[in-house]
Amino acid sequence: MKRAALGLVLVALATLPLWIGNEYYINIAAQILLYAVFALGMNVLVGYAGLVSLGHAGLFGIAAYAGAVVITSGGNHFVAIVTALAVTVGVAAAFAVLALRGTGLGFVMITVALGQIVWGVAYRWISITNGDNGVSITSRPSPFGLSLATASGFYWATLAVFLVALASIAILAASPFGASLRGTRDQPRRMTALGYNIWVIRFLAFVLSGFWSGVAGMLFLYYNQFISPQAVALSASAEALLMVIAGGTSTLLGPVVGAALVVIMKNVASAYIERWNFVLGAIFVAIVIFMPEGLVPGSARLGRWCLARLRRRAVPAPTAAAPRWEVGREVGPEAGSEVEP
Amino acid sequence: MNLWVVLGGNSIAFGGLLFLLSAGFALIFGLMRIPNLTHGSLFMMGAYFGVSLIGWGLGFWPAALLAALGVGAFGGLVERLLLRRLPGAELAQVLVTLGLSFMIADACLLGWGGDPLAIAAPSELHGSIRIAGFAFPLYRIVVIVVAVLIAAALWILIDRTRLGAMIRAGVDDPDIARVVGIRVSLLFTIVFSLGAGLAGFAGVIGGPILSVYPGLDQDMLPLALVVVILGGSGSLVGSFVGSFVVGFLYNFGQALFPELAYVVLFLPMLVVLVVRPQGLFGRAAP
Repeated sequence: MKRAALGLVLVALATLPLWIGNEYYINIAAQILLYAVFALGMNVLVGYAGLVSLGHAGLFGIAAYAGAVVITSGGNHFVAIVTALAVTVGVAAAFAVLALRGTGLGFVMITVALGQIVWGVAYRWISITNGDNGVSITSRPSPFGLSLATASGFYWATLAVFLVALASIAILAASPFGASLRGTRDQPRRMTALGYNIWVIRFLAFVLSGFWSGVAGMLFLYYNQFISPQAVALSASAEALLMVIAGGTSTLLGPVVGAALVVIMKNVASAYIERWNFVLGAIFVAIVIFMPEGLVPGSARLGRWCLARLRRRAVPAPTAAAPRWEVGREVGPEAGSEVEP
Repeated sequence: MNLWVVLGGNSIAFGGLLFLLSAGFALIFGLMRIPNLTHGSLFMMGAYFGVSLIGWGLGFWPAALLAALGVGAFGGLVERLLLRRLPGAELAQVLVTLGLSFMIADACLLGWGGDPLAIAAPSELHGSIRIAGFAFPLYRIVVIVVAVLIAAALWILIDRTRLGAMIRAGVDDPDIARVVGIRVSLLFTIVFSLGAGLAGFAGVIGGPILSVYPGLDQDMLPLALVVVILGGSGSLVGSFVGSFVVGFLYNFGQALFPELAYVVLFLPMLVVLVVRPQGLFGRAAP
């Protein structure tokens, strides 16, 4: 049953350009998949490792800039992609070493600072990044004879990358490494006592999420054929974080739902109102205040609660689950997680 | 030679301005453990308030004070209505303040437009004075004096008054502080308003130096962050020293390595983080 449903979804996704037809919507679908790759990568860190990063747009942007610079200086697409991903993984490793000096709030603050450095370099280092004007590339690659120049060609390539990302992260989450990663999030001290090297596990999670951010960055570069400091700004990191937490962290499909939600909202909202940033900010505040566990479980809970109110039965409203992404639980002597049940 | 002295003078003035901004950030972050990512927005909000108030015919200093009061009241509301609901949930506080900063930025863009606006320094401070043969703009000297005065006032408030003792008690052990009859929640609102008000005040004071433009918030927030990480959170001395260090790094970085100014700014912060994670003057984590 479950397999049949999965197969059906796959077929629907693969044939989407054929039954949608309209190029605008195919492009939006490609955008959703692109950002879903980004959100999936971030979720490795935010959801499974419980480390909240506000600097991942920096990694996303580094990949795009590196790829764009290689291409504009005459390299072919294969070289560009390999270089971009290698640079991104290297930078992600360096960022991880620095950011993992802190946990909880310190980690967030350091990633903000690191992201701002990348932004500052992109904005100011005009001889390489062309400053505010950004870097343009003129062509998309055509791997295995499939031209990505058309909307549906690009959609299929993005879908393939998305499926690889989804599958590899699903395997990772189910693997012993995934279990130990969640262990470092929930019970860091016990994990240490059990002989796990928490630092190494977190480091690997950071680098892996950096890698997928880089992949998404390359897709972004090819989608827009353009990269500018706008894509590296703090608000871009915040948008990605919103995707992860909106869908529900540390679930496999949460980030995908979140990415779809944000991309659709952004496209729909910007068609009617100019003030996307205001809407984004308001959604942030509303989600944190009203649905701390994420939009998907949260709206289900609100729906149940409203139904119960409507029917006026004596059903007690289910209480909100404690948000799983609360940072800083491990610090302080009063951390309840260490109390034996 | 002349260039270096002028650059040094500007650095000190900018450091003073940064202290006004980051003292509030250090108080809120260090004492209340709230990562207030709206701080840059509060600075910008103060600056825009100042523009309007001066436009309505108010003098510079009354406008600065009124803007500080307005931003402080706004900060108090934010603390009461939003942050109060999220005690100890630091990530939730990060997200709410970040969301709010987007909303403020967009509202300011709507209200005051996208063009940079200038705030004129008060006319009696337009000239320059000569110190040891070098001319310094009078206004920047005044900024330094104001920053030092406010630093002293804050130090006396936190270290020497009954209110300060109550704030420190409320931070160290809120439960016991409540038991002995201190209204901790009111104190936290006061601290948050005070920090917000300082940021708003700094926005107006900084107006003649920086002018006001969309994106000012995103320019100032990282600076406040660097100051507090450098100096150590919760330490007024730390943010005082950190402000001037960052003032120098920022100005000299801009002048000497304009393309890498941001790297020059953040590199020392990263070195401090690696060598001494609690910051230069911060207390080690318990």
